[in-house]
Amino acid sequence: MRSIRRFIDTAGWPRIIIGLLLLSLFIAAPSVGVRVDQSITDTIVRFGMNGILVLGMIPMVQTGCGLNFGLPLGIIAGLLGATISIEIGLTGIAGFLGAIALAIPFAVLLGWGYGKLLNRVKGDEMMIATYVGFSSVSFMCMMWMLLPYHSPKMIWGYGGSGLRTTISLDGFWPHILDNFWAIRIGRNFMIPTGMILFFALMALIMWAFFHTKTGTAMTAVGSNPDYARAAGINVDKMRTISVIMSTVYGAIGILVYQQSFGFIQLYNGPFYMALPAVAAILIGGASVNKANITNAVIGTFLFQGILTMTPSVINNAIQSDLSEVVRIIVSDGMIVYALTRATRKSR
Amino acid sequence: MTKKNGFKDTISHLFIGNAVPIMFIILIAIAIPLSGFSTRYLIEEMVTRLGRDSFLVLSLLIPIMAGMGLNFGIVLGAMAGQIGIILVTNWGVSGVGGLFLAMAVATPLAILLGWIAGIVLNHAKGREMVTSMILGFFINGVYQLVVLYFMGKIIPISNSALVLSRGYGIRNAIDLKGMRQSLDRLIPLKIGGIAVPVATFIFIALLCVFIWWFAKTKLGHDMRAVGQDMSVSENAGIKVERTRIIAIILSTVLACYGQIIFLQNIGTLNTYNSHDQTATFAIAALLIGGATVAKASIPNVFVGVILFHLMFVVAPKAGKQLMGSAMIGEYFRVFVSYGIIAVSIVLYAWKRSNEKERSRRSLRGEQEIPKTD
Repeated sequence: MRSIRRFIDTAGWPRIIIGLLLLSLFIAAPSVGVRVDQSITDTIVRFGMNGILVLGMIPMVQTGCGLNFGLPLGIIAGLLGATISIEIGLTGIAGFLGAIALAIPFAVLLGWGYGKLLNRVKGDEMMIATYVGFSSVSFMCMMWMLLPYHSPKMIWGYGGSGLRTTISLDGFWPHILDNFWAIRIGRNFMIPTGMILFFALMALIMWAFFHTKTGTAMTAVGSNPDYARAAGINVDKMRTISVIMSTVYGAIGILVYQQSFGFIQLYNGPFYMALPAVAAILIGGASVNKANITNAVIGTFLFQGILTMTPSVINNAIQSDLSEVVRIIVSDGMIVYALTRATRKSR
Repeated sequence: MTKKNGFKDTISHLFIGNAVPIMFIILIAIAIPLSGFSTRYLIEEMVTRLGRDSFLVLSLLIPIMAGMGLNFGIVLGAMAGQIGIILVTNWGVSGVGGLFLAMAVATPLAILLGWIAGIVLNHAKGREMVTSMILGFFINGVYQLVVLYFMGKIIPISNSALVLSRGYGIRNAIDLKGMRQSLDRLIPLKIGGIAVPVATFIFIALLCVFIWWFAKTKLGHDMRAVGQDMSVSENAGIKVERTRIIAIILSTVLACYGQIIFLQNIGTLNTYNSHDQTATFAIAALLIGGATVAKASIPNVFVGVILFHLMFVVAPKAGKQLMGSAMIGEYFRVFVSYGIIAVSIVLYAWKRSNEKERSRRSLRGEQEIPKTD
């Protein structure tokens, strides 16, 4: 009994409810005519699509910068990389890697500025991050129209200038990771090996980084800034590094997302992309000031599982599309819960 | 605390406070000739928009007084107001009577939502703004659940014009025929051919008087004290948490009325979108009027509404003239709304962390700081 109570205490009610919800959805699936193998495939694919974006939350949480509601900034860097890669006509694996290589400098630059800004507003990071995200997305809305792109694959057919709202990746790098070593069993089951391996690689890099000297210093900054300063760690520098890392992960994450999705979404596309990622890591057991890779993996799986299962199962069961509402309630409810639970640290 | 900051801070405060409106006046002064709108048209638009939006923006003032920052949770009130309007439309009550009935029906709901929001924000002290914003998203999900699935099924809706063809759920757009501008036109007045919504302005004036009076009551003083320093107020015998909850409830209820006034002017309810931008635009307007996260006054509201909406009206046309595309102007005004909020909270947080650093340093010079953790 006591061990059950302890489990509930450590896991927290929302996570248990979400876990049970997902489990019951999987159990109910066959009885309403939803193929379980198809559902599992979808869950895995969506896990791979979103996993790296969720990983991008970890560095900032670890250094005490809070949840990265400014993820759209990283996404913008990724979009710049993707569009430039298409503009210069890179295709296939070169196109994808080229997009990453082009996106990283933007991400580092934007992340650096973003980090400097967050260092000046300690204690209010999350609110400011949100609005940095919103305003940069709306700023880029203008830029997508004005930047001198020429590739006929990307600009509006009429008028001849300004990028389209969605750009198809056909002929460039659609599903390039999904199809890499993909395992197909039957018609409905597929494991996107390449994408999962890429996620594992990114997680490994993150894990290794947090075991270097800098990484340990970053964790110290997050758990006790005063102690870290006393130990001779440059707090602001560590925070900036973490923000840059988060932004770079955001940029790479959106590229992985796009290659699987098959389209690049510009303009208002990145607006609310931070919320699902934030919700996922919280569902995985992270708090406002503590997160690790396990949280990201479990959280992404649970959250994406629910997103995959609710439309198919509930739609078949009661003939109406509740998925959007469930998504909003689960993700935002989780974030509100985490924000109210967080103990305030003296800064 | 504010008095101790001295002369230099007062000057910088004044500058920061007025830099934003000044910047906007310059921006608009450039954009108006570019847009080619006539003065008459602009005045007409501004009169309409003042009536439409001022009430909503005024609803932001009380939480700022209580030190809870910009209340992004006014969308909760907006949603309550919309539910009131849906119900009243269903009952077929029209005209000003319907409008007031909608307010009456929505009030308990707004109080309930405000109470919930107040409790949630009491658990998230120091991060009220971000919490109220996400709470708004969350309640939006609940709102959709209720309006899209429960209405017509669990909550009886008899008016078939409201219900989606599948038999339950409310339609995307509701034409508020009976209510359209019922308050605006209650007391007809035309000055130089421009219709002035006198009754709406009377309403707004009453609210201004209420806020002015409220600030002078015991509760208003308590709120200021809580806004200054929660622990000192607690020691002085003020029930901090209760005071904060009341502030949020008041703001939510006022926002509910504000949204109803807003919608009677527009004349259509976009069931699932009308409240989306309520908080963003109201807050952006207030900040453009020279308010900050910690300080806002009634003049800020009116200056803000006028400047914000001038930009809103003028930007697309000016964008078309300047860049050859109206979309640029559209994106520009959205960018300005978000950008101005970002800049304001950055300035505020920056100032606060500087102050904290300064006071910490002065403390360290004199004595050992007691560990709070």
